[in-house]
Formats: sequence, structure tokens, C-alpha cells
Amino acid sequence: MAELRTAPQEYVWIARMWVRSSLAYPLSFWTLTVGSALITLLDFVGLGLMFHSIPTLGGFGLREVALLYGASGIGIGVADLLIGSVEQVGVHVRTGTLDAMLTRPVPLLVQVCADRFAVRRLGRISQAVAVFGYGAWWVDWTLPKVALAVLMVASACLIFFSLFVAFSCIQFWTVDSTEFANAFTYGGNTMTQYPMTIFPREVLKGLTFVVPLAFVNWYPCLYLLDRPDPFGLPSWFAVLSPLAAVLTVAVSGLAWRTGVRHYTSTGS
Amino acid sequence: MLYAAVAARSFRRFSTYRTATLAGVFTNSVFGVIYSYAYLALWHQRPDAGGYDATDAVTYVWLGQALLMTVALWGGGTTDDLAERVRTGDVAIDLYRPVGLIGWYLAGDLGRAAYHLLARGVAPTILGLLLFDIALPASPAAGLGFLLSLALAVVTSFGIRFLVACSAFWLLDQTGMRMLSGVLAIFLSGMTLPLVIFPEPLRSIALALPWASYLQTPADIWLGHRSGTAIVDGLGLQVLWIVVLLTLCHLTLGAATRKVVLQGG
Repeated sequence: MAELRTAPQEYVWIARMWVRSSLAYPLSFWTLTVGSALITLLDFVGLGLMFHSIPTLGGFGLREVALLYGASGIGIGVADLLIGSVEQVGVHVRTGTLDAMLTRPVPLLVQVCADRFAVRRLGRISQAVAVFGYGAWWVDWTLPKVALAVLMVASACLIFFSLFVAFSCIQFWTVDSTEFANAFTYGGNTMTQYPMTIFPREVLKGLTFVVPLAFVNWYPCLYLLDRPDPFGLPSWFAVLSPLAAVLTVAVSGLAWRTGVRHYTSTGS
Repeated sequence: MLYAAVAARSFRRFSTYRTATLAGVFTNSVFGVIYSYAYLALWHQRPDAGGYDATDAVTYVWLGQALLMTVALWGGGTTDDLAERVRTGDVAIDLYRPVGLIGWYLAGDLGRAAYHLLARGVAPTILGLLLFDIALPASPAAGLGFLLSLALAVVTSFGIRFLVACSAFWLLDQTGMRMLSGVLAIFLSGMTLPLVIFPEPLRSIALALPWASYLQTPADIWLGHRSGTAIVDGLGLQVLWIVVLLTLCHLTLGAATRKVVLQGG
């Protein structure tokens, strides 16, 4: 338990060091920050251009899609900023740096996540917040809706956290499978940018009961937008997001422990 | 002969990472499925958007996923090696060699592209065929034109990536420029959304820029939206951009070399 209490402080120490190191190339630092905001900005412009041809996508207007897009974007943005580096665990295994980390008196997950901490990822988050703000402008806010929105964003961050960690654990078995995890993290982000109505019913089932990405934004947003569930699921699914988040965190914690236990050094 | 040998070895170098290839194919396919449903929703409401029908649109999605790595849309490829060698100073040794720097790295990149076409291109195309019944090349001429256009796309992309890598001569670190260049490429190649459904005048501008080579031109030839002389026009514009870009590469390298000499390597 003592380990858990000091972990945030240790994370901040390592992260601060990487921030200083990234400022060694100031021009690269700033272009990377602007670039990371631009990527997602142009991504949303692409979505906006789709609405140039059609008034609604899957029955949802641009303002409603902006809400979905923003919530999912904030979730993956925060997760990517804080623990996105866990994707590189395979590199640590291959190059042997994981051995060095194991000998240090800081939890391994903290070290791996704080490694190469990149402030530039704030670019992506600010873009997502702006889009979410645009979508939220048109919502009829009430107190329960505000509370649900807060829970939604927190759960979205936790669900993406867990996906990053859980799918990175595969790299303890096969070190060069980074891209496999991308299908679930970035793929999950792309998928949840769209209203679920454009996908077949089976996809929604999978995203509800297998990989709970639909809880990132879909169910809570339906409540925020005063829409009945197009698939006929009960409206109280909206408040299940925190539960889905806790479950995925537990599963990813288990996956991480199993992965670390399985780890055998390359000996290099 | 030398360049063929470089290309062949580069092909083998990239073919070592088998699990990475498999993981990449899986991820490309997941994105292919997502975008297919998004485009189907769009074309369901506007069945003639951009002159495409729903099958064309879905085919376009899977071609995009198949070509993503081949044309190195995100950057990467042998130009990353060059940028790293500029940063460490090892490039000084490259400049001593009796082989042109551009030709050397281009040959290596063509070998890489050939591998990525086979390993990362064929599988998503087959999957698209099975899952979404995508269109095959409109005619043998279209198939041939597609391959030719694709080869030109790789060279165009190489020209841009080489220029980005050369920025390391001045900035030491190419990562920032590489990212900005990748952002432009993703949007202006039509990977985010087919250029044909962009509103005017954005559409005409994007179609005239070199990034249209990456995906829009080869895809239009595959789909038969460019046929006969329109194929020649498309390929001609690609060649024009290649001439411009490779000339720029040559000039930039010349300027960079003088700078390196001034610094004493």
C-alpha cells in the first residue's frame, strides 16, 4: 500500500525529467505539439466535410456527433498522455531496459508509463475539449446530466487506460506486436467517434459486453441528448459506465501482473 | 545493378518482422471495417456523392488501408535512417561513398515498398473482398495503370519524406517536421475522406497537389473513374510532381552538403 501512495510522486519525477529532455530540441517540441493538435483537428474537419454532403450520419447531426467525438477524444487523449508509453513495453523487453527498471525501487508500471512522457500530447486533448465544448453547447443541461457527463469523461479515461495496459501486455509474449493494441485503442477511439447506429447490431453487442467501448461515450451521450436507445436497450445503461471502467481496470491489472510474472529477460 | 541489389536487401530487411506484419494487417483490417461502415452510412444517404457509388466508396477504404504502409503515408521508410544518420553525423560517411545519396535511399525505399505491398497490401484487400465484396480493377488496363500509378506514388512520397529528412541538416531532429508532413499527407491524400467528395475549391486544389498521388489517383484508376486518356493525365501529373520533388531533393542536398563541409562534418 505504501507503494501505491508514493507512486504518483515518483511518476511526476520521471515525467518532469522527460519534459526537460524533450525541450532540448525546442523547434521539434513545438512542431510536435502543434502537429498532434492538427492531426485530430483535420480528423474532425474530415468528419465535418462528411456532413457537407449529408445532414445526418446514422440519424445523428454534427452537433451530436461532436459530443460523441469530444468525449471519446478526451478519454483517449488523457490516457495517451499519462500512460500511452506503456505501448513501448516490448521495446524495453527487447533492449533489456526492463531489467534495469525491475531493479529500481519504483513500481514497474509507473516507470514504463512515465517513460518518454510527452507534454505535446496536450495538443490532442485541447482539440478534443474544444470539440466536446461545441457539442455540449447545444445540450439542455440539468444537474443529473452534468454529473453523468463528469462520470462519463472519467470512465472514458479509465477504459482507455485499461485498454492501453491490457493490450500492451501481449508484448510480454511477442515483443513486436505494438500495432495489435492500436486496433483496440486508436481503433476504439475511431469507432466511438461515430454513432453506433452506423454499425450492425453485433458490433454494438461486442462493444458493450466484450470490449466495453460503448460505455466510453455512447450510452451516457444518449442520455445527455435525450434520445431513446436506437437499439432498444434500457436507458439505465447510461450510468453503468463507471462499473464498466472499474471492471476493465481490474482485468488490465490482472493482465499486467500475469505479463510481468511471465517475463523472462532476454539476457542482453 | 547496384540499386537493384540495395532494393532486394531492403526488401529482406523489412521482411524480418513477421509478428509486426501480422499485427499491422489486423489493425489495418479493423480500421477498414470501421471506415467501411462510416462510408456506407454516408453513401446510403447520398448514393452518388463525389461520383462514387457505395461499392466504390468501400473499395476506396480497403485500398487506402492496403496502401497506407506501401506509400509510407505516416512517414517512415529508409528516409528515417537518413535522418538518424544526419543527427548522429554518420551521414558524413555516406557522402564520401561513390554512390548518389538520393538513389541509394530511393532504391532501399522501393524495396521496402515492394515488401509492404505484398505483406500489408494483399491481405486487407482480400479481407475487404470477403467482408464487403469490394470492386476488382475495372479492366486489365486499369490493373496495370494502378500498379504503375502506385510505383509513382511511392517515389512521390519518397521525395517528400527525403526533403523532411533533410530538414535534420538544419534542425538536427526531424521528428517535428516528420509529424507535420504526416498530418498533411493523411488529410490531402484522401485517407481521411476521399478527395472527390471535398467541397470546391478544396477539391480541385487537393487533386492538383502531390499528395493526391498517394491514394486518390491510384484508386481512381483501379475503380475505372480514370480510364483511357484520363489514366495518362493522372500518371503525367504524378511524373511532373516527381520531377519537381526530386529536383528539390537534389538542390536541398547540395545546400546541406555545403553546410556540412563548412561545419567540418
